[in-house]
Amino acid sequence: MGGVSSHVVTPSTKPRQYDVIVVGSGAAGGQSAYTLSMEGAKVLMLEAGRNYVPEQETPMFQTPDQAPLRGTATPEKGFGFYDSTVDGGWTVPGEPYSQANEDPRGRFTWWRARMLGGRTNHWGRISLRNGPYDFKPHSRDGLGFDWPISYDDVAPYYDKVERLIGVYGTSEGLENTPNSAEGCLLPPPAPLISDYLVQQRARRLGIPIIPGHRAVLTQQLDFKRSPALLHPGNLKAQKIIAAHMQQRAACLWATDCGRGCSIRANYQSTTVHLPPALATGNLDIFTDAMVSQVVLGRNGLATGVKYIDRISGQERLATARVIVLAASACETVRILLNSKSARFPEGLANSSGRVGRYLMDTVGSSVRGQVPLLESLPPQNEDGASGHAFYAPWWGYQDQQKGRLNFARGYHIEFGGGRRMPDFGTLRGLESMTGGSYGKKLKDDARRYYGSFVGFAGRGEMIPNEKSYCEIDPSVKDKWGIPVLRFHWQWSDHETRQAAHMQKTFAGIVEAMGGRVMGAVKTDGAEAISPGGFIIHEVGGAMMGANAQTSVTNEWCQTWDVKNLFLNDGAVFVSNADKNPTLTIMALAWRASDHIARLMRRREL
Amino acid sequence: MTDRRTTIKWMLAAAASMPLLNHRAAAEPAAGLLPAPNGYGSDPSLTKLYRPGDVWPLTLSAAQRRTATALCNVILPGDDRSPSAENAGVVDFIDEWVSAPYPHQLEDRPIVLEGLAWMDAEALLRFEKYFAELDESQQRAICDDICYEPNAAAKFARAAKFFARYRDLTVGGYYSTPAGHRDLGYIGNVPLPRFDAPPAELLRKLGLGPEAA
Repeated sequence: MGGVSSHVVTPSTKPRQYDVIVVGSGAAGGQSAYTLSMEGAKVLMLEAGRNYVPEQETPMFQTPDQAPLRGTATPEKGFGFYDSTVDGGWTVPGEPYSQANEDPRGRFTWWRARMLGGRTNHWGRISLRNGPYDFKPHSRDGLGFDWPISYDDVAPYYDKVERLIGVYGTSEGLENTPNSAEGCLLPPPAPLISDYLVQQRARRLGIPIIPGHRAVLTQQLDFKRSPALLHPGNLKAQKIIAAHMQQRAACLWATDCGRGCSIRANYQSTTVHLPPALATGNLDIFTDAMVSQVVLGRNGLATGVKYIDRISGQERLATARVIVLAASACETVRILLNSKSARFPEGLANSSGRVGRYLMDTVGSSVRGQVPLLESLPPQNEDGASGHAFYAPWWGYQDQQKGRLNFARGYHIEFGGGRRMPDFGTLRGLESMTGGSYGKKLKDDARRYYGSFVGFAGRGEMIPNEKSYCEIDPSVKDKWGIPVLRFHWQWSDHETRQAAHMQKTFAGIVEAMGGRVMGAVKTDGAEAISPGGFIIHEVGGAMMGANAQTSVTNEWCQTWDVKNLFLNDGAVFVSNADKNPTLTIMALAWRASDHIARLMRRREL
Repeated sequence: MTDRRTTIKWMLAAAASMPLLNHRAAAEPAAGLLPAPNGYGSDPSLTKLYRPGDVWPLTLSAAQRRTATALCNVILPGDDRSPSAENAGVVDFIDEWVSAPYPHQLEDRPIVLEGLAWMDAEALLRFEKYFAELDESQQRAICDDICYEPNAAAKFARAAKFFARYRDLTVGGYYSTPAGHRDLGYIGNVPLPRFDAPPAELLRKLGLGPEAA
């Protein structure tokens, strides 16, 4: 199924000569293709999944009763029926991955999508900048590694990405929580009643509550001023992006962003990066093109990639001067490890032995509370911008410096309550409060308790460790004959203690709101922490660094071993701050792509 | 009308089969009414409107649906503000749920089918009628014994577990419909030109808002 966009060149069309091949079409691939095609490079994008057209395929106003099983999650739609993910989730048909460890605590679960735009179609749109500390974590506490770049190197690209994709939020000047340059951020949406309550009570506990940052247009982008700031001196690019900014509507304050957005009011690669990139005439996209390996030439340069055309099942070769892998951290690692040659018997660009190593996810733990103050309120429309009007940035830097906490690194708090669209699970487990009511009493109870629940989720930093990595499984192949990844996973005490701290903190906020925690507060961090991969913030596996012995790429995402091979996605992450990684992935991809364009202009590539 | 002797024989037969009912086969009504092997796949159309039975066939027998309907309506009856569970489409939803080919639903299927059979057996034992034929006070007499697991007598423990699950299915199936949304005072899912802060008067009443922070 799915519409066919006239923009998309199918694998049967005769290919052109390309300067750059970009593997993957999500946050990293979308940003790379955008920047390079705007700079005049001829780009071929290869996407493993099918074409996807949000304008035609997004279920904007459907209610749960119009979906099978009231839209609840199944193994085929892991985040519910209306989640935009195509051919993916925790499993992809015919494309397994394996676990080195049978113990659930040693497992890593991998969310994938097989669609144009990848996981940007469904993501939470939370867009936080790493701060200055986050690029030099080892210097601060002796754990993990420092990045070869600092916040100041990336700040201009955070500014650019925010201006391009549209991010709401405010600059509050809090510790390690950077301000954006003037004019980059859109105004935040109005908070809900429950947001105000959390803000008031959490502040009494010393926890700051400030506007969240999400890639949702609370108003139209500044199409007059931003184009010249995004593409100085490039009139063609300015004209194209000005036109596309005007084609994106502002949020209409309804429907869940996870469904995608047919009016292009939030960021997904398919509605924000790819249309202007295609408008340059410099980009071709092949969908259903599953890349298996990078091909190395006799001169030690990458000459192209091999891919399977999923429609015909044929293996094909695409060639270009520069290869950019942006397939997602783990898929990029998989392609490198499967690209073996006499020169690189352990996988391409792996002379350091670090490809696959230091895989990270985010520490996650959650608590749900019921708050009598919020019961039986008069009806309000609280759909808003689909949550996250407020959040709490990490507030414990000083306590950590003074040795008052038993874990390193911090977490931020995401929370949400209010009278959102009731679904199958909204009134689950009421009997613990109603004594098992049914009949007329149950209807009264439902009216009373609806809207009185507030959920809290922590998102915290994981420190890279030796025991969390992936490698090629020696015996398992996917349905295309491509060897699959095998995962190893282990949390350290820093992460599990942090998860226990989250539970205690969230319970404290619920109590400060006069509420009660639903279910048990988990004091054992190993119980409290979400399993590896569950937060879908996996990064690392091919870290950037200051030298070829201990890292896979330089600060420009350029592999030390093969100078025309770039890893523009989350694989190069050296640490995984509590800030959700997507905004940083885009900023680094833009920075790397600028560098590629510069090297090509100088004929160094 | 069934005579008491036959009824009790039937009830004993039902009770005797209970320990076996963890095995799914024991709760299957008949061949041909098993859940379909396949679901909607990994790439279903999301914009199409689906009704129960569209993707996989419904499998409840007429007798099971009768009991399921009566119990739904005891749990969520109609009133002047909103329809009964039956009239909000909850019976079709529960049939869709227990007929679905996914692990979670396959786990629920024997709990629900066995529970519906228990409701009838208990109704026959106490009142010599099927559950759907009882008057409201008789239905409530049975439900009162099983409506809250922590308070249920040991002999009703299994039935109480069923009731809790069935109530969650009924509540979930009901409040996820437009009728359920209206009943709760949910007024969203409509496009708005702007999104306003909560009314100042309400915030003041609750002691909240920018000034109260």
